[in-house]
Order: sequence, then structure tokens, then C-alpha cells
Amino acid sequence: MDLLNALVAILNFVVIPAASYGAQLALGALGVTLIYGILRFSNFAHGDTMAFGAAMVILITWGLQALGIGLGPLPTALLALPFGIALSAVFILGTDRAVYRFYRRKRSAPIILVMASVGVMFIMNGLTRLIIGVDEIRFDDGARFVFTVRDFRDWTGLSEGLSLRVSQLITLVVTALACWGLFRFLNRSRAGKAMRAYSDNEDLALLSGIDPERVVRLTWLIATALAVTAGTLYGLDKSFKVFNYFQILLPIFAASIVGGLGNPLGAVAGGFIVAFSEVAVTYPWKKIATYLGFEPQGLLQLLSTEYKFAVSFVILIVVLLFRPTGLLRGKSV
Amino acid sequence: MSNIRQADASSPWRAPILFLVLALLFLAEGSFRNALFSGSWNTALAILNMGLISAVMALGVNMQWGYAGLFNAGVVGFLALGGLAPVLVSTAPVAGAWAAGGPRVVLALLVGLGTLVLAAQAWRRVPGLMRVPALVAVLGLGFVLYRWLFDPAVMAIEANNSASAGHIGGLGWPVLLSWPVGALFAAAAAWGVGKVALGLRSDYLAIATLGIGEIIVAVMRNEEWLSRGVKNVSGIPRPVPYELDLQSDPDFVARAAEWGLSPALASGIWVKLLYAGLFGAVLLVLILLAELALKSPWGRMMRAIRDNETAAEAMGKDVTRRHLQIFVIGSAVIGLAGAMMVTLDGLLSPNSFNPLRYTFLIWVMVIVGGSGNNWGAALGAILIWFLWIKAEVWGPELMRLLTGPLPAGALRDHLLGSAPHMRFIALGLVLLLVLRFAPRGLVPEK
Repeated sequence: MDLLNALVAILNFVVIPAASYGAQLALGALGVTLIYGILRFSNFAHGDTMAFGAAMVILITWGLQALGIGLGPLPTALLALPFGIALSAVFILGTDRAVYRFYRRKRSAPIILVMASVGVMFIMNGLTRLIIGVDEIRFDDGARFVFTVRDFRDWTGLSEGLSLRVSQLITLVVTALACWGLFRFLNRSRAGKAMRAYSDNEDLALLSGIDPERVVRLTWLIATALAVTAGTLYGLDKSFKVFNYFQILLPIFAASIVGGLGNPLGAVAGGFIVAFSEVAVTYPWKKIATYLGFEPQGLLQLLSTEYKFAVSFVILIVVLLFRPTGLLRGKSV
Repeated sequence: MSNIRQADASSPWRAPILFLVLALLFLAEGSFRNALFSGSWNTALAILNMGLISAVMALGVNMQWGYAGLFNAGVVGFLALGGLAPVLVSTAPVAGAWAAGGPRVVLALLVGLGTLVLAAQAWRRVPGLMRVPALVAVLGLGFVLYRWLFDPAVMAIEANNSASAGHIGGLGWPVLLSWPVGALFAAAAAWGVGKVALGLRSDYLAIATLGIGEIIVAVMRNEEWLSRGVKNVSGIPRPVPYELDLQSDPDFVARAAEWGLSPALASGIWVKLLYAGLFGAVLLVLILLAELALKSPWGRMMRAIRDNETAAEAMGKDVTRRHLQIFVIGSAVIGLAGAMMVTLDGLLSPNSFNPLRYTFLIWVMVIVGGSGNNWGAALGAILIWFLWIKAEVWGPELMRLLTGPLPAGALRDHLLGSAPHMRFIALGLVLLLVLRFAPRGLVPEK
């Protein structure tokens, strides 16, 4: 019985939160890694793309709510998501046209593109603040729980409870769908193959008649769609606050480097690795140890939650030290 | 990058004229009182002082970016680390704090450091299959020992008079001494990060420094025994006299009267002038040293490496090592600026270290001023800092002008209310425009 309780506690406090957080990171890291693979620079504006997109989604959600349109138990934000993606994509394609294309044509060093992305980050950050403000915003409507702690206790008779929030379930389902769609697209469709070819060898791809501008546009579109989805899911799960999206940049970079920059499958794996280590290291294991028959003195918390970013940093450093191209061999240059 | 570095003839008068414009801006700020300027010398000098400190930060970033092309995205962390030095070196000792757990904390930190060194040794020395288990064992045991030493000591220190102290306190040494210590702190952290992230692809350093920056700030915010966290450390001693002491000094009051100034105003201005002199002297010495270094064979080597790494490597230069060197030196300068800033504020407030303000704003200063040129970086720093402060006033004014035709209502109020955020947009635009149309900045590299 105690063993079951321990398992349920692990599920409730570690596995489910880490899985949904990992899914959000994975979506973000997929965008970073795609941009890296095709455009060959680390996009510092990615976190703010997520924030900007989520802000758009929130605005549209409010509009829909005012019109009385909803999805019943599901959050209205899901309905607003495609519109948010479209608006953000227009903006991002605009930045590519106005900013990045110039450096791409000139074949500038990647670090110049990184600088340019910092400029874009500033603008998007300012726009998001201007449009929606800096306060914390909750925009999850509809049902809150798929099942609550009390439901679970009543069903099973265990003393430990388990709950699943709607936002967590949606995150997992949407991420699974997005990954399935993305990998199918990359592996099966003509455009996806063109993207992979371009990422593998730019010159060879050009010689085989692949239009680079088309590939780049497509990359921005997909990365933006993933970023806005990730941003919205993160906001639904944890509430929307502009500054949090700047801070999530580090775990996202860590995830994409762990998986190997430019490697989509690695980005997904990296997202979950970072999320699970973060949650496992900052969770106080005392309760579970007690169920297992130990009597611990302290909380058995390896790191306090304020240092969760240190976890992604340490993972990053370890990977850079031992395997700079990532676990699943990404690009090195 | 190499194709934008070619020196073409730019007027030798450019820098002096720009500095003159800057001086005029400050004169206007001090003497005119209208919608644009405050007309207060106190304000003007306060902006100037922080501008001078920003110039020191910009020098540090310029060494990393301008000389070597390294992107440090964690300026805020090195700055905060430097800012810790005045607290640890020059605040008054906290009674009982050291006895409560000082030696134990130091021991714990040494154990932590020793664990890392031992782990590195284990990785290098232990052969074959035992490598990973040995590494894990060393790290695991070290961590347990570290926490066993560290936790009780920290609890004891934080429990010691926690309302007014609760931290380890300082040594009570002169505050000027803490400036080089701040530089040392930042240099040590930079060495650690650089050792890992340099020599890999260029973006990795940016990402790793972004991480270390956030972690250092998180440490300052949460380790109350060290920095009092969000409770802030105030009362950091000053290298210059206090305004109140000056006001009660009859000599000073008499001299202020000669100038026709009230004692309160005169003391404020005098203290700020003293600070300006101090910061200005540091800045000039740094620029002098940097210029001398840049003109020496070492400086030529650095620029050769920046412009073509492969060629420099073929000539037998150890690129990674030189990069590490310049990264550490640049970070030390940033740390020095952090110590200076905390000294000026008389307050260490870990919550105020915001990466947008202290990392990316400094970057804009360097890029706008002219990367690779020390005078340019200093000019850009003071100019951008001036504009950044004034944008707080000018932004809402501009917004009021722009929204004038709109009907009064929620939208107009919202736009007016969020006008301060326009600063970020303006800053981003300036960065992008300069990067694109004048990549060599206001005062280009010679």
C-alpha cells in the first residue's frame, strides 16, 4: 500500500508536472533547433516570440469570450491559437524580411545574426509589454481538472491523491500531435525533405534547385507555430507573465543543445531530459522516502526551486564538456 | 565580420565633436527647465555618474566583443558578482555572524570546490569502465558532505539578528579596496565559464554566459546569508563625504554661500562631482591601459585572431587561450563597474539586476558607440545612458503627442500607461539600425 502511495506521489508531483513542462520545452526547443539547422544561428528572440504569440492568443481569447464563443470544458485559447499563430507568423516573416535576410545574403558570421536577434528580442519584448502589460494574466477558462485529488482518492481508497489538470492533458496531447505532424512533414513531404536537404548541405541543396527563400520562410512559419503553441500552453499551465518567457530561454537552449542543435528528435528528447531533471532535483523527496519506510531528517530537496535554472545550466555545461555536439549528434558549426 | 572592419578614412574630428555634443546635452539638462530637460544639476550629475560607470561596463564588453568577437550574454551576472565585493569587503562586520557559522560556510564552499576539482581529476585519471562510477561517487559524496556542512551554518548565520542583519557581513575595510576585489570575483567566474564554453562554436559562449548570468543573480537573490537577498544590503560605506556632514560643516556652508547656493544643493552637487571625478579617473586609466594594450603586439594579435581565426591559428597563435584571456579581462572590468555601481548606490539590491537593463543595454551602448574603439564604447555608453533615462520622460510626452487625435478612452489610457515600455522598442530599433546601416558605430575603429 505504501509503495502504491509512493508511486502515486511520484506521479502526481514529479512525472505529470515534468511531462507537461517537458512538452512545452520540447516545442520551444524544436523551434530553436529548426532555426539553427536552416538559418544557422541561435535565436535569442525565441522566448519573446513565445510571449508575443501568447499575448496575441490572449487578446483573441478575450475577444472570443466577449462574443460568447467557447469550447465548453476546453480553454477558449485553443480556438484562438490558430489566429495567434497567423498573426505572429506575419510579424516574424516581417522581421526576417527586414532584419535577417540582409545578413543571410551577406553571409555574415553567425554571431552577427545572434546580435540581430537580440534587437528583435527587444522589439518583441517591448511590443508585448505595450500590448498586454507586465502583469500576471490567467486566461485558462473551461474545466480546471480532468480529475481531482479527491476524485482519485474516492476511486482508489489510497491516502495519496493524484490530479490531472486540463491544461496538462492538453499540453501533452497538443505536443504529441505537433511532433507527429512535424516529423511526418519533415520525413514524408517534398517541402520537408527540401528543408532537411538544405540543413544538411546548403550548396548541394541549391544545386538541386531548392529555393532557399522558400525553405527559410517555411522554417520561420513552422518555428513560429511551434513557439506560439509552446507559449500558449506554458501560459495556460502556469499563467502568462512576460518576464517568465525570457527566463525560459535558458532551459530551451539547454534542451536543444542537449539534443544536438539542428536535430529535431534531439530537441524533443532534450526538452524532457531538462524538465525531468529540473523537477526531480527541486522536488522535496521526504514524503516519498517516508512512504518507503525511511525517516529522513530534512526535506531531501537537492536544490531549492529558485535554482531550477541552475539545473539546465549544469546539464548544458556537462554536455558542452563531454559531448559538444549533443546526445544525438547535431551540427558542430 | 571581416568585411566591415576595413578602416576607411573617417574624420579625426568625429570623436571630439560627438563628445562635445554629449557635453552640451548635459549642460542643457543642468541649466534648462522645460518639457525636455529637468534643469537640475543634481539630476544631470546623477545621470553622468551612472553614465561613467556604464562606460566602464561598455569598455569591458568592448574588450570581449570589439577585440575578440566574443558575445557575453551574462554581463548582468558579472556585474552583480562585482557588486557583491563592496558588501563583503567594506560593510561593517555583523556581530556574531562569523562566530555563528563563518568558518563552517567557508569550509563548505572549499569542500564544494574541492569536489569539483577531485571530480575533474577522477575523470582524467581513473581508467576505463570505472570512470563514470568514480565520477558519480565523488560528486555524490562531495555534495552530501557539502550540504551537511553548509546548511546548519547558513541557518545559524541567517538566524543571527535576522531583522537587521542575518548575513555574514563585511570586513570593514575601505570601500575603494573592494573595487579590485569585485574585478577578481568576476574574473574567477569568467574563467570557469570561459574554460568550458570557449573553443566551441561561437553561440555556445553566448548561451553559457546567459545561464551563468541568471544563476549568479539567482544566488544573490536567494542566499540571504551572503547578500541578504531581497532584503537588500544598505549602508555600504562611501569613498566621499556624506551630504549631511557637509551641511553641518561651517566651512562648507560658507563656501556654498559664496557661490550663492543653498547648503543642501551645494552638498549634493559637491558629492556627485567627487564621485564623477573618481569614476572619470578610473575610466580614463582603463581607456589608457586598453589603448596601450591594443597598440602593442598583443593587441595586433587579438585583432588578427578576431579578423581571421584560421589564419591566426596557422601562424601559431593559441586562439582558445587568447579568447579565454580577453574574456577574463573583460569580465574583470565589468566586475569593477559592478563594485563601483554598488558603491555609488550605497545599496546592494539583488532584485534590481535585470538582464535587459544590465546586459543588453550595455550591448547597445557598445554597438552604437563603435565596437573595437574604446573611446567609441565610452561615448556610446554615456550617450545611450542619457537617452535611456530621458526616454522615461520623453516617451510619455511623445505618446501624448501621438495619441492627441484619439478620443479619450480606454485605448488612449492604455497607450499612455504603457509608454515607458516604448524604451525597449526604441532600444531594439536603435540596435538593429546601427547594426545594419552603420555597423562600425558612431566612432569607428581606426
